[in-house]
Amino acid sequence: MKQSAPVLTAEEKRRRMITATMRKNGFTPDALIETLHTAQSAAGYLDDVSLRFVANELHIPLSKVYGVATFYHAFTLKPEGKHRCIVCQGTACYIKGSQALLNAVTKTHNITPGETTEDGEISLLTARCLGACSMAPAAIMDENVVGHLTPEHALEVLGGWKKS
Amino acid sequence: MTHQIVQALTSEDLPKIAEAERAAAEDFDHTLRVCVAAGCLSQHSDQIVQGLEHQIHESGLKRCRVKGVGCMGLCSAGPLVSVRPDGMLYQNVTPEDTSDIVKSLDSEPVQRLACSTDRPFFTQQTKVVLENSGEIDPERLEDYLAVGGYQQLSHVLTDLVPTQVVDQISRSGLRGRGGAGYPTGLKWGTVAKAGGPQKYVICNADEGDPGAFMDRSVLESDPHRVLEGMAIAAYAVGASEGYIYIRAEYPLAIKRLQTAIRQAERAKLLGSSILGTAFNLHIHIRLGAGAFVCGEETALIASIEGKRGQPRPRPPFPAASGLWHAPTLINNVETYANIAPIIANGPEWFAGIGTERSKGTKVFALAGKIVNTGLIEVPMGTSLRTIINDIGEGIPDGHLFKAVQTGGPSGGCIPAAHLDTSVDYESLTSLGSIMGSGGMIVMDEYSCMVDVARYFMEFCMSESCGKCVPCRVGTAEMYELLSRIVQGRASDEDMTLLQELCETVKYTSLCGLGQSAPNPVLSTIKYFENEYRAHIADHVCPAGQCQFEAVAQEVQL
Repeated sequence: MKQSAPVLTAEEKRRRMITATMRKNGFTPDALIETLHTAQSAAGYLDDVSLRFVANELHIPLSKVYGVATFYHAFTLKPEGKHRCIVCQGTACYIKGSQALLNAVTKTHNITPGETTEDGEISLLTARCLGACSMAPAAIMDENVVGHLTPEHALEVLGGWKKS
Repeated sequence: MTHQIVQALTSEDLPKIAEAERAAAEDFDHTLRVCVAAGCLSQHSDQIVQGLEHQIHESGLKRCRVKGVGCMGLCSAGPLVSVRPDGMLYQNVTPEDTSDIVKSLDSEPVQRLACSTDRPFFTQQTKVVLENSGEIDPERLEDYLAVGGYQQLSHVLTDLVPTQVVDQISRSGLRGRGGAGYPTGLKWGTVAKAGGPQKYVICNADEGDPGAFMDRSVLESDPHRVLEGMAIAAYAVGASEGYIYIRAEYPLAIKRLQTAIRQAERAKLLGSSILGTAFNLHIHIRLGAGAFVCGEETALIASIEGKRGQPRPRPPFPAASGLWHAPTLINNVETYANIAPIIANGPEWFAGIGTERSKGTKVFALAGKIVNTGLIEVPMGTSLRTIINDIGEGIPDGHLFKAVQTGGPSGGCIPAAHLDTSVDYESLTSLGSIMGSGGMIVMDEYSCMVDVARYFMEFCMSESCGKCVPCRVGTAEMYELLSRIVQGRASDEDMTLLQELCETVKYTSLCGLGQSAPNPVLSTIKYFENEYRAHIADHVCPAGQCQFEAVAQEVQL
């Protein structure tokens, strides 16, 4: 019998995605990191509700889930801006002036690494190494790796985001 | 590109498919290879593939094909396109250039894009691990089979018993490529001898060293080779489950590995009853979540188990009690990539490359202030001078070489006076650095060595897992002392205290992260003490990099 798909709220959709990952791994506690990856990509960050949900489903104490979520750099408990600028802090980028990129963004947009502009448009983040050392200094602007950056070029990209 | 579905294969099928693939390749007069590894891809090499295909279609050329391949090494000149059999290599290609390249196929090459291959960067390398990189399509199993792929696994499964495999690896003298250089054969032998119903093999692809991208490149360019190496290892030690722990920051490598595992399972090169034998190996991918310490083997195991990546004291070593307390073999990507060629050419061939105690080749990622940045592979024992001045073609803009940093945050800086040192595990250690995983960052006279030491200490401080006191508190204190020096507000006592702390942290930390965290400081003090003195006594940065006021402001922010 053909059934029309039930209308799901955004929250329910996210839960389904999270549950799918847990199911794939047999609901074992060792699937925690995989599950958190899914939860984060579904919502953009890890909120309280998701953490409790995962803890409950995988039978892990919430304290341990929180411990893992805060131990790894890839997870964030704060919502991020619409656009993300991730500046590489690898050695090659550092030698070639990634600090100047950060300083320029901090000065112009008034955000330090880890922060989001007040209007929620831009998040400034840093990465340990993007592995794009041949193009140093590099950054990820939304989804694209951009190499050989100058402070001017970086500000230009960020300025474009503000306008759009 | 269409992917052929390959059905379950047997040992006899492998040479036949290889032969058929090679014969099919002869139907083409020209093969255009375009690098689609992360470096070139971020400069839109995918559009070049499309552009070339479109141009070939337009011009009606039938016996001509375009192949997306892995890294060709010279990342600084990317995107790269190679034309065979003409032997041309084109650099800095843009989508607009594609029509010229296709037009040139039956006439003169496009000189304005030509990249000379007759120079040390290409002629002085010895490719073992990277032999297929830039040659084969990493997303096509048939391409790997065409170059003899999985035939060594087949040979091992049908002709050798596990102890013979361990013996071959031992005799080859291969040492772990992750940094510490532990003899691989010895490790395999220990796991093979360990008892228990379940054993595991793990591939450490958590390439956390800033400035290193060898593992990423190998996985993006030739993923099947790593899988074949893991399968041979699993057979040798008696494991039936495998994990690849890879950084989440490498989406392309993850995607290509997933594709490769799927293809190999479908062809019965992985999974249950591999190649029709009784040998099983299921390989799973586990994503890292951005913690440098997870490169340490016990921390990596904790992370695969879904816990915080904190190391634990050894012994027991993972070979005795690792993943879920079962005997576990952990090797680095590059180590596994060396296995198939060793089995194919014999341990004596491998032992014939390199030096007395460091055998084979090593892949390095050249970056920093150097003309040719990219990926190179040289025999162990090659001098730093050859790597930097010949292969790397020296420092750009007429600047002077100051130091080369090897081994990432666990390594050290080697000055010009030691450029003739041969690159092997012992020589680099004796200079106060380490081989490490293969990152090589070149610095010129505008790099302040104290600032570099501070940079690495900041890295170790924030990556310290916090379990043991020397590392957790020591790195923070050392960072504070280095910051004071860089800002010109340190005294001579601070310098003494810094050196004392280095010793304490080095000898009392729990794992490799803490034990090696002082290396960048110790090596820069050893070779560049005058720079430290200039900062402290004269408030001057000889490299002109530390602007004392600006730095003070930055700290306040």
